Amino acid sequence: MLLASPQLRGAAAVLSISLLGAPAVADMPNIDLNGNVDAGKEVALTRAKGNCIACHLIPGGDSPGAIGPALVAIQTRYSSKADLAQQIWDPTVKNPDVVMPPFGKHGVLNNQEFVDVVEYIWSL
Amino acid sequence: MNKTLTTITALGISCLAAAPIIASTPTEDQAAWQAYFQERFPQVPKDDFVNGVYSIDPVGRENWEAIEEFPPYEAAISDGEEMWNTPFANGKTYADCFPDGPGVAGKYPHWDKERGMVVTLPLAINECREANAEKPLKYKKGPIADLLAYMTYESRGGVVNVEIPEDDPRALAAYEAGKQFYFARRGQLNFSCASCHVGNSGTTLRTEILSPALGHTTHFPVYRSKWGEMGTLHRRYSGCNKQVRAKPFPAQGEEYRNLEYFMTYMNNGLELNGPGARK
Ligand code: HEC
Ligand code: HEC
Repeated sequence: MLLASPQLRGAAAVLSISLLGAPAVADMPNIDLNGNVDAGKEVALTRAKGNCIACHLIPGGDSPGAIGPALVAIQTRYSSKADLAQQIWDPTVKNPDVVMPPFGKHGVLNNQEFVDVVEYIWSL
Repeated sequence: MNKTLTTITALGISCLAAAPIIASTPTEDQAAWQAYFQERFPQVPKDDFVNGVYSIDPVGRENWEAIEEFPPYEAAISDGEEMWNTPFANGKTYADCFPDGPGVAGKYPHWDKERGMVVTLPLAINECREANAEKPLKYKKGPIADLLAYMTYESRGGVVNVEIPEDDPRALAAYEAGKQFYFARRGQLNFSCASCHVGNSGTTLRTEILSPALGHTTHFPVYRSKWGEMGTLHRRYSGCNKQVRAKPFPAQGEEYRNLEYFMTYMNNGLELNGPGARK
């Protein structure tokens, strides 16, 4: 974790409040992770769908945001597609403070869009 | 990873680490809040946070300064002045409700002890109208934004100074409710206000630079190029709720009034510089 300074952490601590702990009710279902790379690319780059580009640099995508890490060399960071899928289904499991939306858990993407985007990101 | 990528990653890490609930007073919150933004943006003089995203975006600032030469909110100010000077059907005017004149934006929002609620300037305007048998105005845009533009303009140079009276625990509760709102995640996309304007302020969401929360209330109403017209603070709240696919709350309802109370208190000491212009 790269928290800029202990003071910042202090400030953040003072300001944080309990967020009525919402437990992850919708665990990732058992779905076959056999999506389509091209369709997944569409999901990742389209505003009304995944809009991953709003926060992540993605090779070949225009005007990326800089809130999340660049999505490159994914297979060096995840040992399995299922691990990657978990991050996209509900990133708050690994990091409760993350700003990335829980794309699966909150139904932002339907199951097809979800497996497609997993396939595409896995290919990067 | 090369250096640029590492920097991008570093910027992206949310600064709101999981933290134990620490009871803190509003005074402590305010000091921590202001210090947080000053440390996060050491190059920005404190007074400059009132300029929103332009305090941290030199390129956007150049365009904005050019726009400010012929401010797009000028028509609203003069329309608002006319409203101020035009008597109601019963012969009375706004001045009967606001005896200290139009330049009173610095007195709002305030805790009204008798009524046990936060009173904002737009609310006071509509209550004035209703007391004089006039129809209330819509809260997000239109004539109320004009009148606010005039009153805010007349209030320029004042200093934000919201009080949370210690002798009324309900005032503290309203403040706490506003703070809770600010940090609560909501909507299908699961963002809090703080996700964008505290933890990720200064980074980019697609091409949009996220402004620091410090200074957010000082310049409303604003002429926003995207709207092509003036809008009130609660219109902006509503837009920021909608973009995370959360249902917005009613303008001037209790939730947004308490939110305004919290946010404005965080800005105590900053200069009132409304109305504003934003892209
Ligand atoms: C609003 C911002 C935002 C959006 C939109 C977003 N992410 Fe993220 N993402 C983040 C952040 C911030 C992190 C860093 C998480 C952490 O530090 O725990 C992250 C991390 C990740 C990671 C882990 C990277 C690593 O190296 O550990 C993956 C994979 C990922 N996102 C994929 C996606 C996909 C796929 C989408 C779209 C369907 C998406 N993200 C949309 C903000 C976002
Ligand atoms: C998904 C990101 C996001 C979230 C969540 C969000 N905002 Fe915003 N907000 C923006 C963007 C983008 C802008 C326009 C650029 C800027 O000034 O930051 C903005 C602008 C604003 C402004 C106008 C700033 C100015 O200088 O005129 C205010 C006030 C504001 N937001 C308040 C809020 C509040 C209150 C919440 C929570 C209810 C909230 N925002 C949630 C992204 C967000």
